[in-house]
Amino acid sequence: MTSVSTSSVPPRVVQRRATTESPFVRAFLIGTTFLFLGLFLILPLISIFVQAFAKGWDFYFHTLADPMAWSAIKLTLIAAGIAVPLNCLFGVAAAWLIAKFDFRGKNVLLTLIDLPFSVSPVISGLIYVLVFGAQGWFGPWLSDHNIQIIFAVPGIVLATIFVTFPFVARELIPLMQAQGRTEEEAARVLGASGWQTFWRVTIPNIKWGLLYGVILCNARAMGEFGAVSVVSGHIRGQTNTIPLHVEILYNEYNFTGAFAVASLLTFLALVTLALKTWVEYRNSELRGTAFTPAPITKKAG
Amino acid sequence: MATRQLGAKKLRVLPGFRLTLGYTLLYLSLIVLIPLAAVFWKTSTLSWPQFCHAVASPVALASYRLTFGASFLAALVNAVFGLIVAWVLVRYKFFGKRLVDALVDLPFALPTAVAGITLATLYAENGWIGQFFSSSSHWHVYFHLPAIKISFTRLGVFVALTFIGLPFIVRTVQPVLEDLDSELEEAAASLGANRWQIFWRVIFPMLSPALLTGFALAFARALGEYGSVVFISSNIPMKTQITPLLIMTKLEEFDYAGATAIAAVMLVVSFVLLLAINLLQWWNSRHHAASLS
Repeated sequence: MTSVSTSSVPPRVVQRRATTESPFVRAFLIGTTFLFLGLFLILPLISIFVQAFAKGWDFYFHTLADPMAWSAIKLTLIAAGIAVPLNCLFGVAAAWLIAKFDFRGKNVLLTLIDLPFSVSPVISGLIYVLVFGAQGWFGPWLSDHNIQIIFAVPGIVLATIFVTFPFVARELIPLMQAQGRTEEEAARVLGASGWQTFWRVTIPNIKWGLLYGVILCNARAMGEFGAVSVVSGHIRGQTNTIPLHVEILYNEYNFTGAFAVASLLTFLALVTLALKTWVEYRNSELRGTAFTPAPITKKAG
Repeated sequence: MATRQLGAKKLRVLPGFRLTLGYTLLYLSLIVLIPLAAVFWKTSTLSWPQFCHAVASPVALASYRLTFGASFLAALVNAVFGLIVAWVLVRYKFFGKRLVDALVDLPFALPTAVAGITLATLYAENGWIGQFFSSSSHWHVYFHLPAIKISFTRLGVFVALTFIGLPFIVRTVQPVLEDLDSELEEAAASLGANRWQIFWRVIFPMLSPALLTGFALAFARALGEYGSVVFISSNIPMKTQITPLLIMTKLEEFDYAGATAIAAVMLVVSFVLLLAINLLQWWNSRHHAASLS
């Protein structure tokens, strides 16, 4: 619709032109978008992989095959493996509570669930130091019983749970609120038990939202740096996650090594984006209004 | 558990109220509320002069200035470019649109440490982008331009915070822009307004609540950011040290009380911002609903 012949202009085209910009402005805005995103997103993305392979494939695989890298990968998988299912369970329970029942203080609860998102990662780690650290509330008791939480694996798991706390809940709450209660109520009236209703009616209805929340939760759990950095003892091979391993390599001026390990996390981020786009696409195409994922930035409710 | 009392206010057909309420409150308290309360408890053990000493020391004040200033500027830049990106993604068709749309979320998905080392390398004096600002670049030599150092300066902090805040504006403005009624634009056009007038007088007022919400979200996120900044900043106290890093430094010096006092200040700021964002979003949804009806 760009080239308009001068002799006969159909009225439809005139109308369209009144509510859109001239081709020049359009090209300028699209150009600005590409320049801005190119500078801040695309160029960094390319540079990660270029730097990672700067010393060739051998060095790349050598860095990743390092036992320290392996232990970091293992610890990251453990932390995410505990944090994601726990927050998933919480997300389903909280969404059921908020969507299916009316009670006082619901809005306060919604705000409290979102709280971890507005806390700085450093403070997210600090709070567990204050509770479980040597000078903390349970510090003396824990040291008497020879249990170490801070500067050890449990601290890393706790910090990971905290920073990924709202992800599943904030996807499911608006979704289940929009779906209402009638289907579950019908199932109950027809004689299904509570658990049957949940597994056969609710879960099929929310599975895409659940998947969406889990994908985002997992990405953050595996990539968290600040909070984990506070509670980790930074002991190589013991309390290092993948992001912390990247930091160590970088600070040792092993830049290629740092980017090689970072490329793993970047790959994870790209897979996350692809899955997220796929879930959004599938749902907008197949089911129309049934599930539209809330943007990450949007508050639930 | 279904309560079926005669005369009850609400007939509860669905089960699980007590179970989910109990579990939600227990988990929320254990993971979030009690540990967060520890910050204020620990701060309350400080005397007032001790608290002021920790919170208002010159190093702390300099870190607030940098953190708030850089976060504000980054959110502002994102507000301008985020609006353009959202506009382009909603209104125009072009090659690679789907990919660009998906990539906007990259700063959410990419671990902050990875973003940090990447931006630090790119904007360093010999980096892909930084070299164009260094004294050895061609046009700096020709035109005697002053060299600009980005990585390891305050400018670097701003770059990292811009990266981090990028998706917030786009993702809050985009849905509002999608739902915008074109009839209003058509009416304005038929009444003789030009495109620029239509944008400023008709479209922009309808977008402004969303834009402000996105700005506040990006600003709030930038205030607490740690991972991406520590790599691109030289982390020198009084100059390039952000507040979260100051907390970290105090922790490494085992000054838990000092770290906690500053953390308490940051938490209060975050909570006030959270409240403001909630109010904005409430205004936004009302505004949005009104413009649709």
